[in-house]
Amino acid sequence: MTETAAAAAPPAADARYRFGTFGGRYVPETLIAALDQLEEAYEEARTDPAFLSEFDALLRDFVGRPTPLFRARRLEEVTGAGPIYLKREDLNHTGAHKINNTIGQALLARRMGKQRIIAETGAGQHGVATATACALFDLECVVYMGAEDVERQALNVFRMELLGAEVRPVSSGTSTLKDATNEAIRDWVTNVESTHYIIGSVVGPAPFPRMVRDFHAVIGRETREQILEVEGRLPGSVVACVGGGSNAMGIFHPFVDDAEVRLVGVEAAGEGIETGRHSASLSVGEPGILHGALSYLLQDDDGQVAPAHSVSAGLDYPGVGPEHSHLRDTGRACYVAVDDAAALSAFHRLSQLEGIIPALETAHAIAYILAEARALTSAGPCVLNLSGRGDKDVAHVARVEGRGSLL
Amino acid sequence: MPSSNPNSSPTAPRTLADAFAARRAHGQAALIPYICAGFPTADDSLAVMEAAAEAGADIVELGVPFSDPLADGPTIQRATFKALEAGMTVRGALDILRRFRSRYDTPVVLFTYLNPVHHFGLDRFVREAAEAGAQAILLTDLPAGADAGLEAMVREGGLELIRLLAPTTARTRIPAVMEGAGGFLYYISRTGVTGARTALREELAREVEALREEVALPIAVGFGISTPEQARLVAGVADGVVVGSALVDRLEEGGVEGAGAFLAELRAGMDGKGEGG
Repeated sequence: MTETAAAAAPPAADARYRFGTFGGRYVPETLIAALDQLEEAYEEARTDPAFLSEFDALLRDFVGRPTPLFRARRLEEVTGAGPIYLKREDLNHTGAHKINNTIGQALLARRMGKQRIIAETGAGQHGVATATACALFDLECVVYMGAEDVERQALNVFRMELLGAEVRPVSSGTSTLKDATNEAIRDWVTNVESTHYIIGSVVGPAPFPRMVRDFHAVIGRETREQILEVEGRLPGSVVACVGGGSNAMGIFHPFVDDAEVRLVGVEAAGEGIETGRHSASLSVGEPGILHGALSYLLQDDDGQVAPAHSVSAGLDYPGVGPEHSHLRDTGRACYVAVDDAAALSAFHRLSQLEGIIPALETAHAIAYILAEARALTSAGPCVLNLSGRGDKDVAHVARVEGRGSLL
Repeated sequence: MPSSNPNSSPTAPRTLADAFAARRAHGQAALIPYICAGFPTADDSLAVMEAAAEAGADIVELGVPFSDPLADGPTIQRATFKALEAGMTVRGALDILRRFRSRYDTPVVLFTYLNPVHHFGLDRFVREAAEAGAQAILLTDLPAGADAGLEAMVREGGLELIRLLAPTTARTRIPAVMEGAGGFLYYISRTGVTGARTALREELAREVEALREEVALPIAVGFGISTPEQARLVAGVADGVVVGSALVDRLEEGGVEGAGAFLAELRAGMDGKGEGG
């Protein structure tokens, strides 16, 4: 196909921007200088002991790391399989893995002398995590959010405002996450000299996908140590939900070279793949270019980006991180899709089985474990990245299930 | 001098170099309107292209709409979304180009984002666009060095690749950007997205002058030019003046006729004939 041929042989100079053929820096010229500056700052920071020790100290004292690896015995009972472990990213400050990245990038922004931060957010989790980091470092913070999401996630909007951020509703295009991302990029193009863009997932132009992955790789490193300590062996499988794919890349990354560890990403099948209303870019998308990177993308016959759908706003994105596209094409990771109904059911199951209300995004991965626990544990323990807690979703689930508005 | 004349048979297009040379010979700058294919309808966008050629536009930028125009401001976004809603496609834009080329020799630059043409197959798109009568292509999200394979496809397919420079572009990067650049250099007059502005930056003249030391191609300036007076000022320092959002505004207010009248005003402003057109 043309698109694969097009990217078949990236020049050597460009290889560091890519994962296989995916990724790259497909952005307006205005942003090139900012990406060069960011890349340079990050390359220095990642080997600077002072930066790393400040980052680690904040993860420990502010975020609450390391997060526990919890054995889910009742989940094992009902599935008749085990061992199954939950990596408790839901216990991080602000309730999800997202803050690992926002702390790291806010430190970088300070290092680059940028006083203004912008971010995009879907459900509001990344926006809250960004606003939190900006409060901590006394940085100006503007968060772009689709007008529809502003309505649906009023509580997170208020949370961001409490933290001192300005939330700007975006009503162009489909008024959702992809349009909020477009608007954040437009802001960045305009204010690039004073502003750093804290992107919320392993997406966007290089160096973002690699950098965001590295900030989240602490999840996988801890998991590796913890499972070796309690089980004396590596996991047989690691399972995580995938929207843009940051929590999945964070836990996958330290296991990518361990061929015996099965890596499984769970996308949102929405109302069903066959209905066309889903967010399963890796399962049924085609390679395309959105937000600065070549990756699997939901698009129509004319190359227009197709609207994504999922009951969970955090998975509601038509693209996916380019490294996932690479792991998919090389067969190193496999990607499956779980629909809204199965995710909602898993949301209830985990709440009642383990006393943990998971984020709706995470509930997709739980649904897959509920269905496939035997296979997932056949070669060793299964670890699920419990990427976030579900407090933010309680009102939404009540509405979806006809319990009216609780807020 | 008039840029083109309608003919009854398919017209051999002029080159971009000819278009600039013809203006330069008269001490004038080229007028380069941006027109979104399919806005407000396919026929109307063709009519605006024709009106532009009649009003003294030297080069037409024909925009192929994309669902996620992240380098564009609200005005061109609005035109883009309306064009897509009205059913415009990549193929539809090529049809408009073909119809324009059957009557006018004004050079055409296709202006778009990568994904629609990548999905179509960039090599195929470039070939079909060249056959339909395009001279060049500008891909907003394909900066120099981003993808040598795609760049090669453009050149091998027979279109010139228009490059952009921004005020933020490092001086050391300019030679790499200009390597393989064709047609003209598009200088972005300010950081930011497209959109009409009331004031131009004072540094613009100095920046364009500095660029001439390193850039052999004609230099066109765009982003934010919205009045005949601004067009006149830019024409005084650059070889070409790109007008996009302001034209969309006039098309929305006054239809094809209003758009044509606006372009005539711009032309007159640039040629120092006052703002009356």
